[in-house]
Amino acid sequence: MRNWILLCVGGVALATVAACNTGTTRKLPILGSRDAVTKVVDGKTITDTLYHRIPDFELLNQDSVLITNTAFESGVYIANFFFTHCPSICPTMQRNLLKVYQHYRGDKRVKFLSHSIDFRHDQPSVLKRYAEKLGVTDDRWQFVTGSKADVYHLADSYMVYTKEDSSIPGGYDHSGYLLLVDSHRHIRGAYDGTNDEQVQLLLDELDVLLKEYE
Amino acid sequence: MRNTWLYAGASLFSAYLVFQSCQDERTIRTAQYAVNGQKLYHLHCQNCHGAKGEGLGALYPSLRDSLSLRARHSELPCLIRNGFAEMPPNPQLTPVEIAYVLTYLTNSFGNRMGLYSLEGVETALADCR
Repeated sequence: MRNWILLCVGGVALATVAACNTGTTRKLPILGSRDAVTKVVDGKTITDTLYHRIPDFELLNQDSVLITNTAFESGVYIANFFFTHCPSICPTMQRNLLKVYQHYRGDKRVKFLSHSIDFRHDQPSVLKRYAEKLGVTDDRWQFVTGSKADVYHLADSYMVYTKEDSSIPGGYDHSGYLLLVDSHRHIRGAYDGTNDEQVQLLLDELDVLLKEYE
Repeated sequence: MRNTWLYAGASLFSAYLVFQSCQDERTIRTAQYAVNGQKLYHLHCQNCHGAKGEGLGALYPSLRDSLSLRARHSELPCLIRNGFAEMPPNPQLTPVEIAYVLTYLTNSFGNRMGLYSLEGVETALADCR
C-alpha cells in the first residue's frame, strides 16, 4: 500500500515537471563546428566551448560606404549570396527574402545582408539600382561587394557554396541558403531560400530567436 | 413548302455544328498549348516573373497586366527569343515552344486572350527588329 502511494506521488511529480518543461522557451541551436578550449581562470581550470563564428568583415555597400560587422551587432540579421544578373535561383530567393523584409518592416532588430559574388560587374552603383528596383527603402538591407577572396572566404564561413563557373548560366554557381545570424555572429538557422516551406520556417524561427533579446 | 423549311432548318443546324466544332478545336488547341507552355514557363520564366506572374518589384515586370500584354502582343515572340533589357535571350526555344509559352501566359494570371498560334509566332519572328 505504501509503495502505491509513493508511486502515485512520484508520478504526479514527474507529470508536473514534464508539464513545466513544455512551457519553457524553445532555443535555436548554434550551427557549425565547435572546439573545446581549456583555460585557467582564477587558478581553476575550466573547459569552454568555442562556437563557429562569422569572422570580422569589411565590405563596400550600395552607397559606396565601407561597412563592417559592427553594423549588425545591435540585433539579428539574415545573410545570403547572390548576383544582380543571376538568371537562376536568385530572383526566387530574393523574392522570398523581400517577403521577410516586408514582414519586419521598420523593425530595427532585423537586418539583411546580401553579398554579391559577381565581384567584376556588381559595383556599388549596380547594387544601388538593384536595391531600389527591388523595393528596398531603408538601410536595414545592405547589398555588399568586395574582393573575390574576401567574399568567397566569407561564404565558406556562412557555409554557402560559391564558385565561378563559366559553364553555368550567369557564370557563377552558388547555393541559395538564407542564414539566420545572431548578434554574436553565430549562425542559428539555415533555410533554402527557394523553398516556400523553408522560408515560413525562417519566419517562425526568427521570432524564436528574437525572444532571446526581450 | 413544309419540307423547304425543314431543309433550311437542317442546313442551318449543320452549319452551326460545323462552326461549333471549329470553335471547340480552337479551345482544345488553346488548352494543349497552355499545358505545354506551363512546363516551359516553369523552366525558363518563373524564376524572375514568379509562379503567379507577379514579377519582382520594379526589377522584373508583372505578367498580370493584360493591357500591356495586349499592346505588345505582336512583339512578344521577339522579346522571348532575343531578350530585352534585363531579360536574357532564349534562342533555344523553337517557334512552337514560343507559341506554347505565350498561350500559357496570356491565358493565366487573370489574362484571357485565347490561342497564340504558331502562325502568329512565325509571322512575328520574321520581322524581329
